[in-house]
Amino acid sequence: MRTRTVKRAELGSSRRPARLWELRLYVAGQTPKSLTAFANLKQICETHMQGRYHIEVIDLVEQPQLSKGDQILAIPTLVRKLPQPMRKIIGDLSDTERVLVGLNLRSADVGGGEL
Amino acid sequence: MKNNGPQSATPTARLPKCPTGIRGLDEITSGGLPRGRPTLVCGGAGCGKTLFAVEFLVRGAVQFGEPGVFMSFEETDAELKSNVASLGFDLAGLVRRNKIVLDHVHIERSEIQETGEYDLEGLFVRLNHAIDSIGARRVVLDTLEALFAGLPNEAILRAELRRLFRWLKDKGVTAVITAERGREQLTRHGLEEYVSDCVIVLDHRVNDQIATRHLRVVKYRGALHGTNEFPFLIGEEGLSVLPITSLGLNHKVSNARISTGIPRLDAMLGGRGFFRGSSILLTGTPGTGKTSVAAYFAQAAARRGDRVLFFSFEESPNQIIRNMRSIGLRLEPLVQRGCLRFHAARPTLCGLEMHLATMFREIAAFQPAVVIVDPITSLLAAGADFETKGMVTRLIDFLKGGQVTSLFTSLTQSGHALQQSEIAMSSLMDSWLLLQDFDGNGERNRVLYVLKARGMAHSNQVREFLISNRGIDLVDAYIGPSGVLTGASRVAQAAREKAETLTSQQEAARRKRELERKRATLEQQIAGMRSEYKTEEAELRRTDEQVGTRTRVLTAERTELARLRQADAIRAASRTPGKPKPKSKR
Repeated sequence: MRTRTVKRAELGSSRRPARLWELRLYVAGQTPKSLTAFANLKQICETHMQGRYHIEVIDLVEQPQLSKGDQILAIPTLVRKLPQPMRKIIGDLSDTERVLVGLNLRSADVGGGEL
Repeated sequence: MKNNGPQSATPTARLPKCPTGIRGLDEITSGGLPRGRPTLVCGGAGCGKTLFAVEFLVRGAVQFGEPGVFMSFEETDAELKSNVASLGFDLAGLVRRNKIVLDHVHIERSEIQETGEYDLEGLFVRLNHAIDSIGARRVVLDTLEALFAGLPNEAILRAELRRLFRWLKDKGVTAVITAERGREQLTRHGLEEYVSDCVIVLDHRVNDQIATRHLRVVKYRGALHGTNEFPFLIGEEGLSVLPITSLGLNHKVSNARISTGIPRLDAMLGGRGFFRGSSILLTGTPGTGKTSVAAYFAQAAARRGDRVLFFSFEESPNQIIRNMRSIGLRLEPLVQRGCLRFHAARPTLCGLEMHLATMFREIAAFQPAVVIVDPITSLLAAGADFETKGMVTRLIDFLKGGQVTSLFTSLTQSGHALQQSEIAMSSLMDSWLLLQDFDGNGERNRVLYVLKARGMAHSNQVREFLISNRGIDLVDAYIGPSGVLTGASRVAQAAREKAETLTSQQEAARRKRELERKRATLEQQIAGMRSEYKTEEAELRRTDEQVGTRTRVLTAERTELARLRQADAIRAASRTPGKPKPKSKR
């Protein structure tokens, strides 16, 4: 895992107006929890919002000043910057159902009939 | 956290202390909080936890050159700055000068979704960053317990808190962690379990509608500390914990004496007045002139050039000045010259401790040589007996420590046992004057006694105490067979005595005159008798002379006769001259 990794899938392939998920994952060094979280996140993103997400990984060990902006206490924390409102998901993202609820994917997907 | 190894804990005889700069607290803890260790400050809502923490940081940054980090879980930076600005803490300025870092940690439970394992490394990183950015030596975590509300998994939280306190110790910062008071535990979430070095409990109680804040050092591992509950207050310059001085009996004493302002009273006190730095109690029933005596003392001191601080709990300064003018005291010029300062407050304005602390502050600011508290009894109403005694002890101790002469007036209710409220105080006082009313003959008169005066010969006599528009005067009361007479009866008695003296003087003069006359008469008589005697004497002499002449004539005749008869009969005839024959011749 590299820090500040940007995964960007090509946009516009979808028929519907593109809905972009801008996600930010805060970690502190390459701990097992961080790695697990990143792997889990990637998998969820690929499954549920392929091509419509953007992950920024911030390592607080290297950039501690960034912890203040998003009020980060717990590590790892996933912040959904977009779509609004902002949501925070803490933990290693192993509970996929909860992650989906947290990201508002579950209800959105059900509503959109994509699942 | 990664770049700071565990601080080498050198086992020294004395635990290193970190002075808080909070007045009084450093005395209680004999030096401050344990350096390099966390201290838990817990208490209920509104008891001053945050302020305690802020003052700890600000004083550290300003007075001790130790920068600090304030991590707030409740108030935002802006709120905090404006809240403490009223106490004269320039938090914003300190932040600008990189002396203090404010960090507001905001957790919103509703925004957070928990999805598995996590830790609070983010908090550590954040704190570490803040500490390292200014080289902080002090850290405050204000109500860490907000985390319990913000984070769902308590097990993780507790494990992380334990790690946090360990980490703070390793980091070598002196930390203050505030926590909400729990029902049965010291803190609501049992934080005392993790912070075991020093625990301070703040408390805010209301007794008889008067709220008092208390501070207690519950625990201080490895150090001697006062375990009592100490009152403290939040004043204009932050917290102050009482006592300000330790309650020892080792103050210096002075041999200098200062006048009471009333010459006759000085005379009663060994001729020279009170000792400088002593404490004087002046008790009396209402209207016996306590304030007047106090004002006299104040004026005398101020005129000598001493600074006098007059605490009035009954009258406003202007009222005192006006009233004292009526007995010939001019206090106004002294106030203007800055020798005399009044501080007036209603006793019910605030609790005892608040008053006491205000007094301490005033005294510290004005640096008086003489302090007058008029009356101390008004304050007694503001607290329970033992509290008051403690307070007065502290006050006296504080004043004595500073060689300040203090005069306390004390109001006794007529009818009550005289010494009732004074029992608690009198033992603390060096001198005790008693003003009393004497009721009789349709009038009340004031008398003054010196009940005690430590270390000086003093009069045991009662003095009548007169207040007139010329001022205070002490007169000897008349003590006679009918008891002590004062006022009109004393005057009447004096008049009576004067009349009696006059009468007896007149009588003596009359008798003298009579005697004189008698003597004159007698002398006249004597003179008369003497002249009579002289007359008689002259008569007698004349008679004698006549007799002598005649005798001589007779003798001569007889001799002649004898010669004529027989010459030898002359001798016999001379022996018996009374048998002369010459009768026949006649």
